[in-house]
This record gives sequence, structure tokens and C-alpha cells, in this order.
Amino acid sequence: MAKHRGRGVATINYPIGMNLGGDPSQALVHSNPTGKFSVALSSIDLGQGMKSVTRQICAETLGVPVEDVYVDTADSDTGPHCMGSFASRGTHRVGNAVMAAAREARAVMMEAAAEELEVDPGDLETDGRGSIRVKGAPHRSISVRDVAIAAQFRQGRTISGRGIFLVPLSDVDPETGEMSPATCYAHACLIAEVEVDDETGEVTVLKMTSAYEVGRALNPRLVEQQLVGGSWMGASHALYETPEPYYPDTRDGPRDFGDYLMPGPGDLCPHDISVLERPAPDGPFGAKGIGEMCANPVLPAVANAIFAAVGVRIDELPITPEKVLRALKARGGAAPARAR
Amino acid sequence: MKTPIQFRLNGEEVAAFADSGANLLDVLRESVGDLSVKGGCWQGTCGSCTVLIDGAPRLSCLTLAESCANKSVETVAGLRRGADLHPLQIAFMDRFAAQCGYCTPGMLMAAKALLNRNPNPSREDVIEAIAGNICRCTGYEPIIQAVLDAARSGERRRA
Amino acid sequence: MLELRKEIFADERDDNLKEVGQPTQRQDMLGHVTGTSAYYDDHRLAGLLHLKVLRSLHAHARIRSIDDSAAARAPGVKRIIRAADVPVNLNTLLSLIQFGKDDEPSLATDVVRYKGEPILGVVATSEHAARQALDLVRVSYDPLPAVFDVEEALKPGAPSVNAIYPKNTFEYYDKYDHQKLRFGDVEAGFAQADLLVEERYQMSPIEHAPVETNGSIAVPDTNGRFVVYTSTQALFFSLDTAAKINAMPSNQLHFIGGTVGGGFGGKVDTLTEPLAILAARLTGAPVRYRLSRHEEMQFGSPRGAERIYIKDGVMRDGRILAREVRAYFDSGAYTRLSSYAAVKCAAHIPGPYTIPNVHADVFCVFTNRTPSTAMRGFGVTALDFALECQMDKLAVAIGMDPIEFRILNAYRDGDMKAHRREAKNCALIECAQVAAEKANWPIREEFRRMSSRQGGGVTRTGGGADRTPARVTPAATTTGPPQRVAYERPAAAAPAHPPPPAPPRSAPPAAPAPAGSTHGAPRFSSVFGTRRR
Repeated sequence: MAKHRGRGVATINYPIGMNLGGDPSQALVHSNPTGKFSVALSSIDLGQGMKSVTRQICAETLGVPVEDVYVDTADSDTGPHCMGSFASRGTHRVGNAVMAAAREARAVMMEAAAEELEVDPGDLETDGRGSIRVKGAPHRSISVRDVAIAAQFRQGRTISGRGIFLVPLSDVDPETGEMSPATCYAHACLIAEVEVDDETGEVTVLKMTSAYEVGRALNPRLVEQQLVGGSWMGASHALYETPEPYYPDTRDGPRDFGDYLMPGPGDLCPHDISVLERPAPDGPFGAKGIGEMCANPVLPAVANAIFAAVGVRIDELPITPEKVLRALKARGGAAPARAR
Repeated sequence: MKTPIQFRLNGEEVAAFADSGANLLDVLRESVGDLSVKGGCWQGTCGSCTVLIDGAPRLSCLTLAESCANKSVETVAGLRRGADLHPLQIAFMDRFAAQCGYCTPGMLMAAKALLNRNPNPSREDVIEAIAGNICRCTGYEPIIQAVLDAARSGERRRA
Repeated sequence: MLELRKEIFADERDDNLKEVGQPTQRQDMLGHVTGTSAYYDDHRLAGLLHLKVLRSLHAHARIRSIDDSAAARAPGVKRIIRAADVPVNLNTLLSLIQFGKDDEPSLATDVVRYKGEPILGVVATSEHAARQALDLVRVSYDPLPAVFDVEEALKPGAPSVNAIYPKNTFEYYDKYDHQKLRFGDVEAGFAQADLLVEERYQMSPIEHAPVETNGSIAVPDTNGRFVVYTSTQALFFSLDTAAKINAMPSNQLHFIGGTVGGGFGGKVDTLTEPLAILAARLTGAPVRYRLSRHEEMQFGSPRGAERIYIKDGVMRDGRILAREVRAYFDSGAYTRLSSYAAVKCAAHIPGPYTIPNVHADVFCVFTNRTPSTAMRGFGVTALDFALECQMDKLAVAIGMDPIEFRILNAYRDGDMKAHRREAKNCALIECAQVAAEKANWPIREEFRRMSSRQGGGVTRTGGGADRTPARVTPAATTTGPPQRVAYERPAAAAPAHPPPPAPPRSAPPAAPAPAGSTHGAPRFSSVFGTRRR
């Protein structure tokens, strides 16, 4: 009749993009008459921040402030093809497509500015605040707005660009499985501390400590959103969720949130997160993707922590109080491992 | 058979004809045109349809529209005063307390109801107030922090 | 809440960026907190009709007869949609990329293969009227034997679930009923190993449970096309699937979406658009097909259950010599995306570790349950659960610290992976070191000094795959205070350049665009005036 604590660890990696590649995305970028930019996509924002991260990538590549860029999605008449938002592909594939389109638009913008300032485009730089200036002579400058007006009304240039990013589809050897699954991988290590009540079988996650390697954190607040929300979902998968409580028996499926259990706001635990960045050579500014990886290490870390706490292994998810109690009973009681 | 209903929505008188038995969620969205209220389960278990009726948080999917006659209904569309955002909205933004945003209207109304009756809630008070609102994206922590921030900011809005 | 460990791998990054790396407010946050973000259902459409479907009561049954005459006469009903009305009533999602055979009807014809399979649609003036009408449909079934367990489904004599794949497995390369992975010689590895650990893992299905359910609205447009407001996660996947099923040219469909109330993989399957469009064509009216929460939970595709067997051979000094995996994906009654998941699972084996001998067989199995689909971590989540529980068991079996054990076996730059590709850009070791330090989980000095970079911290003897640690004894855990981790950096780090981006595939800048092409004025009263942002 006691509560036992234990810690468990999991280390994982995660492949970025659709397995084997072959999943293209396209983007179109163009300036309006006064130097404000639109990004046309057919990519989907499910909440992961697709519109926001592509906006930042576009602004960085163009060399303009983020306020001067808006992302418009998703319309099949105006947005070029995107494979979709899944497989942690969005930042990597769509981000790269946006970069390519923005680079093309930027090149036209710099040509137009060079014509106005009567210099070579290679002599110019953007200041990231809405101006284009001569390197080493910042007083010789022109606003992006004036460049856009000149380009479109006098020079006859369109400040626009197109981009596509495609990882070529990999073959798979039917006999050996030789294949190129992905061009880059994200990584994580997560340590979960749990408390197990050996009388009720209930498991409480007390704390998570983690390190995630993401290539580059394009926006730390968005990264945090995924890692906090994802680790919550991981704990939910580990301990609560199933539409088939007696799988493979199909009995007793839940009909709504009253039956389908997930941790509520009163079931949270602190999560100490560190983010590492080892840029992917082919990621936009080195970024990888984290939308799926964030949940995965929690499941085994919790299972391993339960073993450390009470000495039983539950190899079937979700780890319900019933399963814990049955395992404890079969074992003859709780046997906590030496505390870490 | 349609019944006329008249009630105050976010301070303005509105009227609609509702099928008998229609719920407030459907009347608000389809008859009145307030699309800020969301439906997630239409059977009272997700909280996304939460509105305030005479100041109390209610699940509009389970509320008979006719029962709102002459009452005051508040939805998230009425939370801001003109161009000024409500402190809760500012706090949700600062704390990045929304990802897909679908639960956010219901969360904001549940939080408003809390701050109306308890301007200085504890973390446990906040948890209890939003315990009927499902969020699948954020993991709840940013939402709890946002509500506490809004309370701490000390500004009171007219009810 | 989150710290950025900028000093790690700093020599590989140029952090001199303006917008990237900033905690910029989300473009859609204001819309979310004001309730103005426009999801697919946030449109008021005059004359909107509602489509609901009749769903099979049986997991496996022959349909003997359907009598929908009373339903057709029911109040508010505008149209019944039958299997024969569907122009192309057999499809599989990945046929768009030429992977797999069409195996799933939009409306069942002679056989139902899972409880909840759609049989017939009713289009009515309200959802309530549609549901009332569905209750009047009379279907008589001849129940058939059903199978719900992946290994039972593979036994000879098991009921055949899917007519296109009668042996209850997907067919790979027209040759095998599973995806193989073969690297080295696992039997030799097992023979050499000090210990063998053999385990079985099971993950149950999971429901995506987004707060917004799957749904779409198809609207006849002014020019003979159809506008489709949709919750899909994959705009063109859904558009092209709907075009195929409706035998329409793709440019007859104008899909609008992009703002979705949660997906997690559950909104890729194009569950509602094809029939919504068909209903709009047959009635000439806008039609919404929206899953109720009960439908979303029980009949919207779940994450498929997976059963995984792992057998490992490990040395007492900590090296894993051989790993053998047999994994089964429960695809439910139809393929959807599970065929792809099995390959992705094989691609993920043996995990982020360098193991010289690896053998895997991964199956996509059909059973009489709701067809499963992608969910956050597709092909990987259950496998990571199995692999990391297994790693823990191995560590305990040989008496080694679980984190040190993982660092020892972790893949490093230059290692050969089981898929015969060189590992690169690795960072597992650094993640383990940072987490261990923060959690005050003591690991020995030599493990704190190891690195993912080529040759970091491990002596190699031949082939790159063999691994003899410099000095490892299964010692008792150290109890001294954790030391500050020092990460070696090259003495004179050259200024790092941003990684060269992939060359753009676009042609040189085009001529000025033709003036004034529009895609049509706003057609419908949409409260917020804009379609999506």
C-alpha cells in the first residue's frame, strides 16, 4: 500500500518528410505594387504553424521584415501543388520551396534596385527593415517600396518567384530493404519520472526532462508549442487512450470525449525542455521537423519509469491501472528498482 | 414549425426563427450568423461550444434555443471592445495558447466566466474552470498560464 | 519553459539571421482569439443540404437487400445516394502515386467489411431529417465470419477480408506479403551473443480526436465547377481523389481549406469530399457532409494497432550484435495508408543505433475493423515504444546504465545503417548527454565525452560496424556530483556558412504576368469576407 517513484528514459530519432521522398511542394511569391509580399501555397495549417514558419522563412530569404509578408493558403486555384501536411514534412519541404521562390523574387528585386541606384546587384544588400542599400555606403539606399513601384510601373519587371522542392523518390530493394528513407533526422532523449500507486495501479507522470535536436528552431515559441503539446499527447497515448479497450476484441468502443480518456488540465506535469540544433544540410536554414517526434519518446520512457518504480513491465499500450495491478499481482507485489 | 426567438447577443438585440427543438449552437451559427461559436461533439462533452448565458458558462449545443428568450448571450465575437482586445485575448496571444484555435473560443468564454466570478483565481481554480474544455493541441499549460496572466493584469472589463 | 543550447554544434551553424529564430507571433493567433479564423464550416450558405450515411451494423456480412423506399419519402429528404450512383466506386488513396490497387468502395456494394462501413447516403434539408430518414432504411445482412487479430488473419483458413487482397496482406513488389530488411547475418550474431532477449509488444489503435471533426461542404459554382470547403490535411490529394471517384476532370473542383481544427493524420483520407461533391452534383445544391463525434471516434480511421516482436542478441560489454524484428500493422478492412506505413516501419528499424546484423519482416494485414490510417508518428510511434522498452530490458539484463547503453550503441556520423546508407547529421548522443545532465542522472565520464561526430569516442575495428568501446565495465553507478559537460570543438573553427540550399527547380524569371486574371468574385455570404488566411 504505497506510492513508488521511478525514472525511465527513451532515445529516438525521427525521419523528416514522407518515407522514401517523392513528396514535392511548391510555392509562389510575389510583390504587390508597394513592395509587400504574398506567399501562395496550398499547404495546410493544422495548428502546427505552417503559415507562420513559412512567413518567417520568406521574409528572411527576401531580406524584408516579417510584417511585409503574408502567407495565403489553401486554395487549389491559386496555390501551387503541395503534397500535404503530414510526415513532419511541412517545414522541410514547404520551407525549402518558399526559400526557392523567395530567392527568385529577391533576385528580381535586387536587379530592379540596382537599376534605380545605378550599381551592380552584387553591390547591394537588404537591411531587413525595408530598405536596400549599397554595401559599405548605407546612405545610398532605396526603400523596397520604391523599388517595387519602379519595377512594376517603369522597368516592367515582376518581382516574383516560383519554387519547388522535391526529394527524388528512392527505390526499395525487395530482398534487402535497401533504401533512402529520408535525407535528415531529428533526435530526442526524454526522461520521465512517474509515481505508481500499488493499491490502485494509477500512474502519475511527475516530471519530464528532455532534449530535442531539431536542426534549427525557426521560431522557438512554435517549437515549444509542439514539444509541450506533443509530450502531453505522448503521455495520453501511454496511459489513457484507446478506442478499443480490449483489442483485438472490438467491444466497448468510446462514443465521445466522456468515454475516450485523455489527461485534463489537472493531470499535467512540468516539462524541462532543451533544444539542440544540428542543421540539416538540406533543411531551410537547417531546419528539420518536430510535429510527430515530440510525442514518441514519452511512451517508452513512461513504461521504463514504471518498471523502475515497481518492477513490472507493461508491453501493451495503453498502460491502464488494471494492467498495472494485474502485473503487480502476478509478480507478488511491487519491487522498486534502486532509485536513480 | 418555427418559433421566433429574441435575445441579446453580445449586447445587441437579435432575433431568429428556430425550428422547435433547435439548440442554441445551431441557431447562433446558422440563423443569427455568429460563426465564432464552434461545434466539436454536439453532445456536450468537448466544451468548444461554450457561451455565457446571463453570465454563466453553458454548452450551447445542449441548450434549447427557445430557452434563451430575453436572456443575454455572450460569445467570443463580443469579447473585444471595438478595436481593443480583452485581457484574456491578449494573454492567450502572449502565451501562444492556441495552435489550431478550434477550442479557443470555448476556452475564452469559460475563462471569462471564471474571471467574472473570481477575479483572483488560483491555478486550481483555473483548472477546474476549463476542465470541461478539450484541447488536443497545446497540452493545456499555456492556456492555464494565460488565464492566470489575464487575472493578474488586474484590468476589469465591463460585464 | 524551453532553453536553446546554442553552444552545441555551434560550429555547424550561422546564427546571424534576422527573422528566422525570432519568437514572432503567429500569423493566425489574432484570428484564433477573436473567433475569426475560418474553418471549413464557417460559411453560411443558403439552401444548404446535409448528407449522412447509413453504416453497416456488422463487421463482415453480405448485403442481401436494401429497401430505401421509406427513407426516400421521408420529410426533408431530397435524394438517396446509392452505390450505383458513384461513378468510380473503388479506390485507394495511394493510387495517385501508383502504390497499391484500388480496394475500397465509397459505398459498399455486396459485402461490408467493417462495422460502420458506409452503405448508402441520404441528403436532406437538415441533419436531423437525414438521420430520421436513415432509421427508415431496411438492410438485410447475411453475417460472415470475421477476423480481428493480425496473426489470426494470416493463418490458413482465416476469413478473407478484402476481395482485392484475398490472403489478408498487402502485396509488395508483386512478390512478397511483407517488406523485408536484411543486413548482415542475424543468426551468426545471435550465436555469438552473450544474451538473447525476445519480447512481444502491442500498441492499440488510437483515435486522433481533433476538436474539429472531418467534414466538407461542396457547393455548385457559377461556372459549372464545384467549390469544396474542406478540413483536409492534403488539399490536392483530396481534390484528385474526389475527382477520380466522381470521374471529373480535376479542374472542375476548386478546393478551399488550409485552416484546420486539428488533424494529427486523421484528415488525409478524404473521407467526406467525394460523396459531398456527388451529392451536390445530384441535387444542384450545396451539401455538407460532416462526421458527428461518434462517427469520428468509431468510424473515422484510427491509428492502426501494431504488434511487434523483437529478438536481440547482446554482449555483456554492451554491444548489440543482432536485432530481428517482426511487425504487423492492423490495416483494418482496407489499405488506405497502411501499406506505406509498413515500409516506413522497416525504414526505421533498428532504431538510431549501429547494429551490424539486422533482419526484419513488416506486414500490412487486413482485418474486419475500421480501416486505419496515418497518425502522428505513423510507422514509427509503436516501433519506438517497442525498441526503447527493449533497450531498457537489454540494459537491465547486462547490468548497464540505460543511458550509457544507448550512448554506446547510438549511431554516429559515418556509420553504416541497415539500409546500406551512411549515417550523417546524427545527434542522439548529445541529446542523451543533455537530458542526463539536466535530470541529474549520472553517467560516467567517458560517456559524457562521446560524440555523434565521425569517430567520436569509440574505437573502431574494421568495417565501421564493429564497435569495441575503449573501456567499459558494467560498474556500479557513480554517486559523485555530475560534472559540467564539455563539448569538444575544433580549435580554429572556420566561419560556418549557411548550408547550401537545394538548387531551385524553377526556370529563369518569367515575363510579366498577364494582367487582371481573377478566380471569381466572392459567391456566397461568408461572414468574415475572406476565404482563408
